[in-house]
Formats: sequence, C-alpha cells, structure tokens
Amino acid sequence: MPGSRAKLPELRRWWRFALVAPLLLFLLASFVAPVLMMLSRAVIDRDLERVWPDSAVALRQWDGEGLPPEALARTVAREIRTARQEGTLNQVANRLNYDMVGSRSLLYATADRLHAGAPANGIADLARIDPRWERPEIWAAMRHADGPLTSHYLLAALDRRLDADDRIVNVPAEQAVFTNIYLRTFKISAIVALLCIALGYPVAYLLASLPERKANPLLILILLPFWTSALVRTAAWAVFLQTNGVVNNALQAVGLIDAPLQLIYNRLGVYIAMTHVLLPFFILPLYGVMKGIPPTAMRAASSLGAPPVRAFLSVYLPQTLPGVAAGAIIVFTLALGYYVTPALVGGGADQMISASIAFYTNQSLNWGMAAALSLLLLLPLLLMIFAGRTMVRTVPA
Amino acid sequence: MKSWARLAGIAALAASVTACGSSSELRPLTVVGWGGSSQDAHRKAYWSSFSRTTGIPLREDSWRGGVGVIRTKVVGGDTSWDIVQVETEDLILGCEEGLFQRLDWAALGGREAFLPAAVHDCGVGAMLWSYVIGYDGDRIKGPGPRSWADFWDVKRFPGKRGMRKTPKYSLEFALMADGVPPDQVYPTLRTPQGVDRAFRKLDEIKPNVIWWTSISQVPDLLGSREVVMSVTSPGRLIVANRTEGRNFKLDWHGNIYAVDYWVILANSPRKAEAAQLLRYMTQPENQMRLASHIPTGLTNIEANRRVDPKLKLDTPSDPANMAGALELDANFWVEYGDQLTQRFNAWVAR
Repeated sequence: MPGSRAKLPELRRWWRFALVAPLLLFLLASFVAPVLMMLSRAVIDRDLERVWPDSAVALRQWDGEGLPPEALARTVAREIRTARQEGTLNQVANRLNYDMVGSRSLLYATADRLHAGAPANGIADLARIDPRWERPEIWAAMRHADGPLTSHYLLAALDRRLDADDRIVNVPAEQAVFTNIYLRTFKISAIVALLCIALGYPVAYLLASLPERKANPLLILILLPFWTSALVRTAAWAVFLQTNGVVNNALQAVGLIDAPLQLIYNRLGVYIAMTHVLLPFFILPLYGVMKGIPPTAMRAASSLGAPPVRAFLSVYLPQTLPGVAAGAIIVFTLALGYYVTPALVGGGADQMISASIAFYTNQSLNWGMAAALSLLLLLPLLLMIFAGRTMVRTVPA
Repeated sequence: MKSWARLAGIAALAASVTACGSSSELRPLTVVGWGGSSQDAHRKAYWSSFSRTTGIPLREDSWRGGVGVIRTKVVGGDTSWDIVQVETEDLILGCEEGLFQRLDWAALGGREAFLPAAVHDCGVGAMLWSYVIGYDGDRIKGPGPRSWADFWDVKRFPGKRGMRKTPKYSLEFALMADGVPPDQVYPTLRTPQGVDRAFRKLDEIKPNVIWWTSISQVPDLLGSREVVMSVTSPGRLIVANRTEGRNFKLDWHGNIYAVDYWVILANSPRKAEAAQLLRYMTQPENQMRLASHIPTGLTNIEANRRVDPKLKLDTPSDPANMAGALELDANFWVEYGDQLTQRFNAWVAR
C-alpha cells in the first residue's frame, strides 16, 4: 500500500515530537510562563488603576500641565477615602512612594483627615491638609502610574527617572547605583570565568591524559565540592582567609609578611571563593571534550615534524576550544546570579545585582523593580549565550 | 494506541508534579521560625509540650524573613505554612496586603495583656529583642565602649567594627553617635538634611567597618579578632559565652529594640489549630519557659512580671538596659526603605 508508506515519515516526526512533548509542556508551564509573567511586571502597571478606576481615567485625560483640574482633585480625594475604608489604599500608596518618597504617609495622613470630615472640594482644600498637594510632583507621580504600561521601573533600573515635565533625567548622584552594580557584576563574572580557564585547563588536561585508574580518584576530588553546599564552602574560605586565619598565620610563621594581609571582605576574597565554587563547572565539560580527542592526532602531528608546543597550539588547543567556551559560558552565567558568596566574603563595594533583586523581591515587595532589574540582567545574558553558540559552532571540530 | 495511553500517563504525571505543593490536607500543623538557637528555644519552650498536651502533631520549618516569600506562597496558592514568626516591616506590609489572618484578640486574653508594641491587628509579639554593642572582654580590658560615640572613637578603641550591611540600624546609630537624642532620631531622618548628616557621620567610620549580612557571622568576627566590637543581638554572644567559654560583653546604651511577631497566614488550611498554638505560646506560664532557653524579652505583661529577674539580665526586659533605648520605627522603614537602601548601597560601594 503506497499510501501508508508515504505517511510513515510524517508519523515518525509526530512521534518524535510526542516524545519530548511532556517535558516541553512541563517547561512551558513551570518555567517559561512564570518567568515571563514575572518579567512583565517590569512594564505593566495597574496598581493605581485597580484601586482608583475613576482617577485613572481622569488622569489619562488630563494634559499634565502644572496642576490638575479641580474635578480630578475631587475624584482623587473621594477615591482616597473609599480605598482607605476598603483597606486597599496601600497598593496606590506603595506605588506612588516608588516615584516620590513620602507619598505613602501623605496619602494615609490625608485619608485620615478626610475621614475626620475635612472638606475636599479641590486642590486648595487638599493643600490645607498638606501643602504638598499644591505642588506638581505628587500629581506627576500619579500620572506616571495611571497605567496600563509604565517606563518607571526600567528607567529606575538604569538610574534614570521621569521628572514632573516628563523629561528623562538622571537620579541624584547619591541615589545612582544600578549602572555601577551591573558593570561590577559583569566584570566579576568575566574575571571569575578567566580564572577558571587559567586554573581549570591544566587540570582537565591532566585528567584526560592520565589512565583511567589514576584519573578516577582525581575526578572524585573534583566532584566532591559538588556535594557540599556553596554556603559551607564559602564559610570555610572565611575561616581560611581571615586576619588571624590559616593563610595569614602560615605566611607570618614563615616570615614572608609582618602584618596580616587583608585577604577577605574585599574583591580578592570574592574572586577566590567564587572561582573555587565554580571551578568544577568549567573542568567537567572541558574534560568531556578532551576525552573525545583521539591521542593519535598529537602523535600524527609530531610524526609530521611539529615540535610539542606547535603540535599543542595548532592541533590540540583548537579542538578543545568548544569545551573551553562551553565551560566558560556556564561559569560566567552562574557567576552573574551569585549573591550569597559576595555577601559573605565581599566588602561593601562587592555587592552584585542579584542582591538588589533579592532585596526588592523579598524585603520591599517592589516586584516591578525586581522584574526590571532581572530583565536588564537577562538581555545581555541571552546575547552572550547566542554569541557562545556561534563561537562553538564556528570552531572546527 | 497503547503508546498514546502511556504518553497521556506521562503528561498526567508531569501535571501532578507541577501541581504538588498545594495538597496540604495530609500535612500536620506547620510553624516557621528563624532557625538556630532561637528555633531550638521555641521548640523546648512551646512546641514539644504543645504536641504532648493537645495531641496535635507539629511540623517545623525555618526561614530568613522577607515578606516576599510569604506573598509568593499566598498568591501562588502554596499552603504549606500556617504560623510564621515575622519582623515588624513584614507584619505591616503583609497585613496591608491581606496575607495574614486578623487575630481574635479576645481569645488571646485581650490587647491590654501585652506590651503595647506587641499588639497588632494581624500579629502578636513573639519576643522582644535589641541591637546593642558587643565586644570581647579579653581584648578590651578596663572600661569598654559606653555609647555610640565610643563605638565611633577609633583612637580610644583601635580596630575594625562590625556593622550590619543595611541602612536600617546603621543610620540610626550614626545619628546617635553624632549626638542626636534617641527620641529625635526618626524625626531627623525624615528630613533630607538629617539623612545627609547620618551619611556624613558614617563616612567617618567607613574605613574601619567590616559589614556583616547574617547575625550568625558576629560571634565569628569577634572571636577571630577580625573586629574589636560589633553591632549584635545579645542572645548569640551570651550563648557563645555559655557554650564556648567566651568573655563577650554587651553595652546597652542607645540600643534599638524591636518585636518579632507570630502571624497566621491567610491561606492556612488549619486556622483553628494555629489559633490554638498561638494562644498556647502567649500564655504567661508558657512564655516564662522561653526566657530560660534563650535570653529574650517577653511580650506578655504578666509573664514579664513573674519571670525570674536573673533571666532578664541580658534582655530588653531589664529596665536598667532600656534607659535611652530607641524603638525601631518600622513605618519609617516601610516608607523610606527603598530609597535609603539604594543610597546606602551606592555609598557603601564608593
């Protein structure tokens, strides 16, 4: 039957898809969808709209020049009161507080005065409760939050903000922090990846060239740290490197130094501890690649007259580059997300961006800010991985 | 046909894996503390005897704070926790968000049975604790630091200082070191000039500070002589004195005190049992047991009155410790936390 034979490849293709479908669905439901939902908080802004529907409509209609029309002020005053009674005022108060610090107490104090019977027939009445109602800043903050989309979080993650006239301006110098932390995060990760290459390549080479009987115990030594928590390994480094720790005492006993060196609670400590924690992630993929290179290639090179260095550089090294790239990318990506290690062995100036993300996620509940910071961390990372893929692909196998 | 059925089975399995965590009917009542010696003390003082007398089995978990963790659980439908010990800012934010059950204060013995700071619509005080100056008595012989100005005085007490890497506490201590009386600290911090003043004072001590992030680092920093004195909570050092034979000393001048609270999560499937445990943990005769397991301030007024005065020595419950103390203003930190943390991180990196 010719018809069924033609169908067969088609069926096989579906069957192959069906094999991966459960994992694909699982990943979509448990990983991709939640991540996208979280990241969308960086630009979606419905807190004010949800609690103050009428004010949100009026704010969008207002042209934003100077002070708002009296009708808008009355609507806002009415919805402050109702939101306070329904216990939802905190959502607006927290959102406005991100833009203008002090909004939170302003809204709550105003709500209490309105509840006590203060008149609210316009801006002048509100200004008698608190003079800040007469200034354009609070109204601009409300207009920036009128939804459904916002640039506030992404701008803030780049140390920028919208001022009352909708111009993008730098935040005050003493508040500017994220650009620096991003640069620092990428720099630390890159240096840790380079250190892993420098330390890991010879080890992987040794493992790959030893007979299995000798390589296996060494491999277990590399794997051992995998079974210890990163926290414990970091704490161990603290004991090792501190002022009266093992390293300093030994150096002083030998007489190499007179006073203890500062090896920890600074950038040096971060590099040492992170390189140690991440080293196995570099060695293992490279070891896999090196095992796949036939030893005959080097022998062929030397039998054709290449000196050992030349044979290594032009025959062996190029074949290991995919492993180097894979290992370095794994280390770099993992390092970007580190924050426990820098927190424990770093100083004040060694904090990485994950610490800020954790602060906004856990402590202050400002998930819009956490999402914006994550998004800005994710984009260069995707570029990196894409670049790494092309790099691995163009290397002659 | 058969293979498709198998496939459907796999898919169902995958779905059930993603859905697990929300099935809570089978798990026992779950109480969440802060781990370490504090959790041990609560187990010995309350949880073991509660299970014994009521027959209600208890499961323990521990966490490191952050109301975001609870928001994720409640919003995400994860009902694995019932009672949690939270800090004041977490209590305020979580209560406003509706993450916590409102408490039945009549069942707890009325609001007036507790210290005013321990009473909140959504939470009841679990313990009263402080941040004080801690130092090693073997290293600073003779008179130790007696104020935050002394803490700042690196000429009289040379050596590094341990401070918590947060603007919270650091800014308050800096203002007190600069001579601001405790009751004026938060009014000063609410002005931009006051914040600038606090940062200027921190500038003075910055080269001599080692910042810690977890309170468990403090006994190690002091013990290894990495720092000569540190901001600390008293309990950890007292426990180290008892168990490791240390000679750590405390100075209570200008300490900042705060209350940790018990809350019942809004999505707890075992609210009745949780309320029963809450009543058990706040009754005077039960609370008095806590003080013998860890030096801590009690929140129940009667428990406070009846507890052995010796157990109060290293706690905020001893009035001698609390002259010139400052209560943490959680409302201030809920409002200014984002801005000041950002500025603090920028400052610390400079």
